[in-house]
Amino acid sequence: MEVRQAHQWPAQGIARVPFWIYSDPGIYALEQERIFCGPSWSYVALAVEIPRPGDFKRTFIGEKPVVVVRDADGAINVFENRCAHRGVQFCRKHLGNAAEIVCPYHQWTYDLKGNLIGVPFRRGVKKQGGMPADFDPKDHGLRVLKTHVRNGVVFASFAAALEPFADYLGESMLKLFDRVFDGREIEVLGYSRQLIPANWKLMFENIKDPYHASLLHVFLVSFGLFRADSPSKCQMDATGRHGALISWKGEEKRTDDHADMRAFHDGFKLSDQKMLQPVREFPEYTVVMTTLWPNLIIQQQSNTLAMRQLVPRGPSAFELAWTFFGYADDDAEMRTRRLRQANLMGPAGYVSADDSEVMKLSQEGVQPYPDAIGVMEMGGRDWHDEPHIVTETVIRGFYDYYRKVMEL
Amino acid sequence: MAAAERYLQMNARELRLELEERYAAYSACLDEERFEDWPAFFTDDCIYKIIPRENVERGLPLATWFCEGRAGLLDRVVAIRKTMMYAPRYVRRLVTGLRIVGWEGETLAVRANYLALETLLDEPTRIFNCGEYRDRLAVVGGELRFREKLCVFDSLLVPNSVIFPL
Repeated sequence: MEVRQAHQWPAQGIARVPFWIYSDPGIYALEQERIFCGPSWSYVALAVEIPRPGDFKRTFIGEKPVVVVRDADGAINVFENRCAHRGVQFCRKHLGNAAEIVCPYHQWTYDLKGNLIGVPFRRGVKKQGGMPADFDPKDHGLRVLKTHVRNGVVFASFAAALEPFADYLGESMLKLFDRVFDGREIEVLGYSRQLIPANWKLMFENIKDPYHASLLHVFLVSFGLFRADSPSKCQMDATGRHGALISWKGEEKRTDDHADMRAFHDGFKLSDQKMLQPVREFPEYTVVMTTLWPNLIIQQQSNTLAMRQLVPRGPSAFELAWTFFGYADDDAEMRTRRLRQANLMGPAGYVSADDSEVMKLSQEGVQPYPDAIGVMEMGGRDWHDEPHIVTETVIRGFYDYYRKVMEL
Repeated sequence: MAAAERYLQMNARELRLELEERYAAYSACLDEERFEDWPAFFTDDCIYKIIPRENVERGLPLATWFCEGRAGLLDRVVAIRKTMMYAPRYVRRLVTGLRIVGWEGETLAVRANYLALETLLDEPTRIFNCGEYRDRLAVVGGELRFREKLCVFDSLLVPNSVIFPL
């Protein structure tokens, strides 16, 4: 695919972002090919969503529908949700159980590993019709993706060859991953799905940009959950594609810095204090928001934990699929705490609704002005880990890697 | 108690009329964005949830919006007025198919379908959220108030954000 001459990344490099990347159909198609179908590990499921043989989950990698299935041996397989015969998307339920996979159209039947095991009328009817004698079902199974399961989290890839998962995450990201997924059994608390009318990259930019949090999110600031002067840091892997915003409780004092936070309302107090009574659960940090290339955000905001999976729906929209979870050994109090704090997140979240609203406004600003250019100079013009959050360094890291993959 | 007695003794037709009035007042309060008046429709110990139907069907507890007690409702009102950033919108709620399930002691179980239409700038009005109210009402201060209101919604893929109550 050729990139139009007009599509030259600005000379200032990653301190700038050209707005055509958010709306150009050619760029979008190239992203599907190189990023989502390329050598990347995409999040598809939590293993606990499909605990028994035959359990399946329907999901997407990029725009492509896939199914995650547990087979009779207990192994997890991921294959395309597309019949090998005529392309029917056979699985139409978010979650379910089936002994075998049967396409509703001509009833081609597959086992739970994706092998074609049944073709009705293969030998014809009354000696008429039927498949050619040399038709071999072995050649017509479902396309199976590479799969990796780490501590109960399932990733898959369309690429035939790619780095082992641990190398893909890199040491520092793996450590953060294992902090939440430490081998304990996960318990799904529920789902939330929203269609955000913005380019998928704006979601990553949002979670890779810690400096907006103390400005946009009046709620967070007002109730002391996140402040620009909290001890915090930004961390990335060696490529810049993954990132994490980390903060923890320190001693904040009211300073002049607050004058910059339109947000700050000294007088706010929740009427229902129970909603926000976080307890220390993990070592060191109170908030870790991890972004994993190409489709996952792992949210640990105090005691509310969630996977946020990005599913692009054209250049101007994406689905954000939230899976809120806790641990099977949570006591009733912790479970309730997680459900209460979930009010911060999701489509109605005290915090995250600000983000979905602002992403729509972003799209409405960048799409009509594809030739305009955004500025990302907070905290410098390059990217590296930082011991603070007054920076756009993690977004710059993301675009450094993005440009390499996209050859832009 | 006397007030509860009055409702308990109503025949189905009278009770339905009372409820229709009540639900119409509730919708009007929200449609007109009189959010400060919203908590008064609930009892002090109420539960209010907007919850995806798929979670209810799977027995999963997560709600999209979860308020406990009138205090929880008040916090949402403060957020709508003071803390949350959102584009201007109109939301209009249509409530229909009201069904009286019956009294459980002094609590009245009611179900109704609702449809919430959302109008944003530069966009035609769209269906925002469609679902079923699963409510329990109690008589407090001489009137029926929601002790529990569950908005169980079919519209699993939420168009962007839920800012106002349903």
